Amino acid sequence: MAFTNTVRNCYQTTIEEIKAAGLFKEERYIHSPQSSEIEVEFPVGSTIKKCINICANNYLGLSSHPAVIAAAHAGLDSRGYGMSSVRFICGTQDIHRELENRLTAFLGTEDTLLFPSCMDANAGFFEAGLGEQDVMIADRLVHASIIDGMRLCKAMQDTYKHSDMGHLEEKLHEHQDKRLRLVITDGVFSMDGDTARLADIVALAEKYNAMVFLDDSHATGFIGRTGRGTHEHCGVLGRIDVITTTLGKALGGASGGCVSGRRELVEMCRQRARPYLFSNSVAPVIVAGALKVLDLISTSTERRDKLEWNTKYWRGLLKDAGFDIKEGDTPIVPVMLYDAKLAQDVARDLFDQGVYAVGFFFPVVPKGQARIRTQLSAAHEKRHLDFAIEAFRKVGQKHGILGLGKKELLARCAA
Amino acid sequence: MDEVGKVVRDYITREYLQEGDDREITETTALISGGIVDSFSMVSLLRFLEKKYSIHIPAEAATPEAFDTVQSIEALVHRFQRTEVSV
Repeated sequence: MAFTNTVRNCYQTTIEEIKAAGLFKEERYIHSPQSSEIEVEFPVGSTIKKCINICANNYLGLSSHPAVIAAAHAGLDSRGYGMSSVRFICGTQDIHRELENRLTAFLGTEDTLLFPSCMDANAGFFEAGLGEQDVMIADRLVHASIIDGMRLCKAMQDTYKHSDMGHLEEKLHEHQDKRLRLVITDGVFSMDGDTARLADIVALAEKYNAMVFLDDSHATGFIGRTGRGTHEHCGVLGRIDVITTTLGKALGGASGGCVSGRRELVEMCRQRARPYLFSNSVAPVIVAGALKVLDLISTSTERRDKLEWNTKYWRGLLKDAGFDIKEGDTPIVPVMLYDAKLAQDVARDLFDQGVYAVGFFFPVVPKGQARIRTQLSAAHEKRHLDFAIEAFRKVGQKHGILGLGKKELLARCAA
Repeated sequence: MDEVGKVVRDYITREYLQEGDDREITETTALISGGIVDSFSMVSLLRFLEKKYSIHIPAEAATPEAFDTVQSIEALVHRFQRTEVSV
């Protein structure tokens, strides 16, 4: 079928509908390496502006770390640019397996398989690991990639209310007739920044003979005393059956992800996970960089300790300034505004003040839960956070929202 | 709201509202477009209806529109109860 005017109009109408709904996304061009201070061109064609970046997943500040860059350069020189192959044809180098073994040791699991991304790991795992006689029981706030992966799997789908252990127990009880049961959760939930009740989940899974799946993308490298992740934080190291995680956030931030866990489950992915079977290998340069990241974080907790300090400091600053934040102790700190337009206006005004933060609203978060999601990094210095809070204060004063709770904020927006 | 509607309303309150969420579910409350039930967790409601009323609701009938209010769900159940009887 030719791309006729009728076809073009069909797409243009949809794009206009997205714009009218306030859901149109635009990229901002960054002219510098990823860091706590970046140079941004927004809108396109405008003068480049220096900003404090408070919305990256660069938790450990390793995205542009000199040692990681040097290791990546060395990997480029010694192993080349690309593999031009999927893993099982001629795309596996010694360093791919070395990285898998290092991740296995770091996460405290039995085996690991690299994927092009954690999105791909989540898209591939469920179909490879479960069948029609099985059931998947997921927390209702798991990441979108898990939902997509579950939809590709023939096992029965079910959900439980977010972090509601009573509801999870009901579901586990209800599905005792299934061959295999899998409880699915994020470690740290990306929108609210809260941590899964993993010790309770593991206890219930053991009671009802179920496996546990954990997406620890927003935790690997910095949650837990030595940064192993949510399973370390909750005291259940070695008791999680499957962990998926990413190299695209704290672990250098380039790309790549993995499935790590019980040997047989990892092997099922190697044999059957379609994103693994039909995508190119992770590029050697990324593998070499990730190996250096693991060196850095396995020998010192300095970066995760600094991130922890920054998190406490920033949460305190926001509260003292009168913002309504989601309580917690992770470096994801949502500033609650509840109203979608207000969230967009505040984000725009923060950018004018030199702070890069993004507003999130429905359908990314539930209706009436709009927010600015701020994220801390070990690359932030105290002066960055002091600068950012001044910008937040100015913008908060402009909109008259300081010191207001949910009811007052919603009433103010309705007025 | 008939007996089916009451059963559906009670199930939705129990299954989908978080503890402390005191929103009242009426016959016309927007469930899916209002963000109370999402398409991902809708499957448990579908399964509940099929089991409770011994009916089969085919995928093409289980649309977000059909599941958007207690009223529309009530109509859906009655439609398939009739189909089962006529078969």
